Amino acid sequence: MPAMNMIQALNSAMDVMLTKDPDVLVFGEDVGYFGGVFRVTEGLQKKHGLTRCFDAPIAEGGIVAAAIGMGAYGLRPVIEIQFADYIYPGYDQLVSEAARLRYRSAGDFTAPITLRTPYGGGIFGGQTHSQSPEAIFTHVAGLKTVIPSNPYDAKGLLISAIEDDDPVIFFEPKRLYNGPFDGWHEKPVEPWSKYDLSDVPDGHYSVPLGKAAIARAGDELTVLAYGTMVHVAIAAAAHAEVDAEVIDLRSLVPLDIETITESVNRTGRCVVVHEATRTSGFGAELVALVQEHCFYRLEAPIERVTGWDTPYPHAFEWEYFPGPKRVAAAMRRAMGRN
Amino acid sequence: MELTPDMRNEPTLSLRVPVPRARPGDPVDFSHIKPPPAGAAPRPDIREEPGAMRDLAFTLVRVLNEEHEAVGPWDPKLDPAVLRRGLEIMTLTRAYDDRMMRMQRQGKTSFYMKCTGEEAVATAAALAVDAGDMCFPTYRQQAFLIARGYPLVQMMNQIYSNADDPCKGRQLPVMYTSKKDGWFTISGNLGTQFPQAVGWAMASAYKGDHRIAVGYIGEGSTAEGDFHAALTFASVYRAPVILNVVNNQWAISSFQGFAAGESATFAARGIGYGVAALRVDGNDFLAVYAATKWAAERARANLGPTLIEMFTYRAAAHSTSDDPSRYRPAEEPQHWPLGDPIERLKQHLIASGEWSDAKQKTLEKEAVEAVRAAAKESEAVGTLGQSRPSAKTMFEDVYKEPDWRLRRQRQEVGV
Repeated sequence: MPAMNMIQALNSAMDVMLTKDPDVLVFGEDVGYFGGVFRVTEGLQKKHGLTRCFDAPIAEGGIVAAAIGMGAYGLRPVIEIQFADYIYPGYDQLVSEAARLRYRSAGDFTAPITLRTPYGGGIFGGQTHSQSPEAIFTHVAGLKTVIPSNPYDAKGLLISAIEDDDPVIFFEPKRLYNGPFDGWHEKPVEPWSKYDLSDVPDGHYSVPLGKAAIARAGDELTVLAYGTMVHVAIAAAAHAEVDAEVIDLRSLVPLDIETITESVNRTGRCVVVHEATRTSGFGAELVALVQEHCFYRLEAPIERVTGWDTPYPHAFEWEYFPGPKRVAAAMRRAMGRN
Repeated sequence: MELTPDMRNEPTLSLRVPVPRARPGDPVDFSHIKPPPAGAAPRPDIREEPGAMRDLAFTLVRVLNEEHEAVGPWDPKLDPAVLRRGLEIMTLTRAYDDRMMRMQRQGKTSFYMKCTGEEAVATAAALAVDAGDMCFPTYRQQAFLIARGYPLVQMMNQIYSNADDPCKGRQLPVMYTSKKDGWFTISGNLGTQFPQAVGWAMASAYKGDHRIAVGYIGEGSTAEGDFHAALTFASVYRAPVILNVVNNQWAISSFQGFAAGESATFAARGIGYGVAALRVDGNDFLAVYAATKWAAERARANLGPTLIEMFTYRAAAHSTSDDPSRYRPAEEPQHWPLGDPIERLKQHLIASGEWSDAKQKTLEKEAVEAVRAAAKESEAVGTLGQSRPSAKTMFEDVYKEPDWRLRRQRQEVGV
């Protein structure tokens, strides 16, 4: 199998679906001729034609609305919002329209849309190119929220998202596009090709939505993570010398509550991590769920390591980013090894 | 020495807030509306460049003259059978509106919205486009759905949120849905459907279909960003869509000045996007029909979108929740200079020897009877609170398949 980075894997997912299903089309700002600012749609217009992968006006609300209309017609649009930080003009169309079309019409109309968007920090993008707004989507009934952490999952999950009959918000951890990132930012970037999860089949396969993966097996403690933080958590386990089980949630909605519950009930300790700001973040939901499902098996308070409750600052990237040192410290607190 | 603003003797800045010409207690003032004579507006070929027909965004396309004759190049020369069908639908819609308003007042439902005075806008358009074309309506185009032959009893079931409600008790009354009748599910949020109509039209073009989309927005909601997105996308992708702005002068209590209607016509907004734009007497059934037909022909010929301002007047309240006499002169509706759409079409048919007052009386009686019969059938199922879909359906259709959360929450409710 070819080694692919995450950009190539995502590109392959769209290539496969454009080939397989004439009702799939791809559009967004700069995605057509140029192939997207991160090159994720590179070559798709040339291969599949002008009307199947094309540029859109700088109007996120219009992009989402047009996709809803296309979905109502019977197409399966895949749209790109250039950065998750730019998604807010499309929020009303996502929340009030895409999310509720099936419900309000009792299944008469649906919105089988996939919205791809790069999110997260670690690239010195400042406050407008680093945000992690997943929690404002997981809060909305009717939307699914998916976040891959490696090339294999990225392709398989994106194919599942495109084939899904409900609207899916697909967050791509942009710091992972070219190689895994474990939060030790002084280290040189390593390419994906050195890692098994860059073995990506050329053809069609899918990774189901709602099924978590065990990114690192362990017995002492459970870490709940997604996106870039999966790799940070694995590095933090080594740094803390804790035999942590790192669960890569892969999709936040639907959530694999069974894998979470089984692991935390076994380890009795839990650390929840995400890049997003802390207050009302998805971590709060995870902590509440672990408390509801695992309280009598917990041996320590649940720890939460997140971005701070500030906008994402340019010059203080590594103070803001919840790196391996902070995660390791939380692990040691949970283990009572301060 | 540089002069300070004080030294320059300039006036201080002042903030302007629009004020309508007449509020309750003031005399009605429509002196600013000067309708051009019927038949005066030219009718360009559908292949004409939008830039060459800009004047049509500032006038009014009118067909029916003061003598109730159809005149000028926009006369669609319709078969009298089509005109009678239009009169029938508008009369039925008015009877339906009157009854559902009363049902709300009697406590049989929570909410209702009439389209009184605007019946021609939706009726003539529905008859001018094809059955397969998709309508993206606001909440005031019920005549379009009635014209498509959608059963009144189903509309009432939706209004009563009863066990047979096609929306399963989930939507506020009047937010109908019917994909098979080319009627997009009404949102209740304003303006969102306008760019969605463009997306649907883009999809139809992408698939090499022949169907077009017909979108509606109120003049008040043209202030939303969605209006700009719709016009931009329609222009960029030359989408086969008719974009109607129903200018009924009032957005609840805010007059059209709050959507910058005093500064320019709503049709004129199309000019900046290079979109063909027409301003039409919305109470003239023949003008609405002709303009819609023209726009549909353009769309189907791959010539792109048309923006149509339907110039009309909301003769009734916005909804059952407001009293118009609190914000505009109570007698304002009677003075609307462009008359009533049903009366005008009726007079035209009488003038052409195709109709009579007696026939209209009979038609009105039949409409009231049809509505009463449908109401009897719907109310036998139940009105709001008497009957409703099973509570377990509350947890369905959030997703195609419910996830574990929804299954557990349903169990918690015990249904």
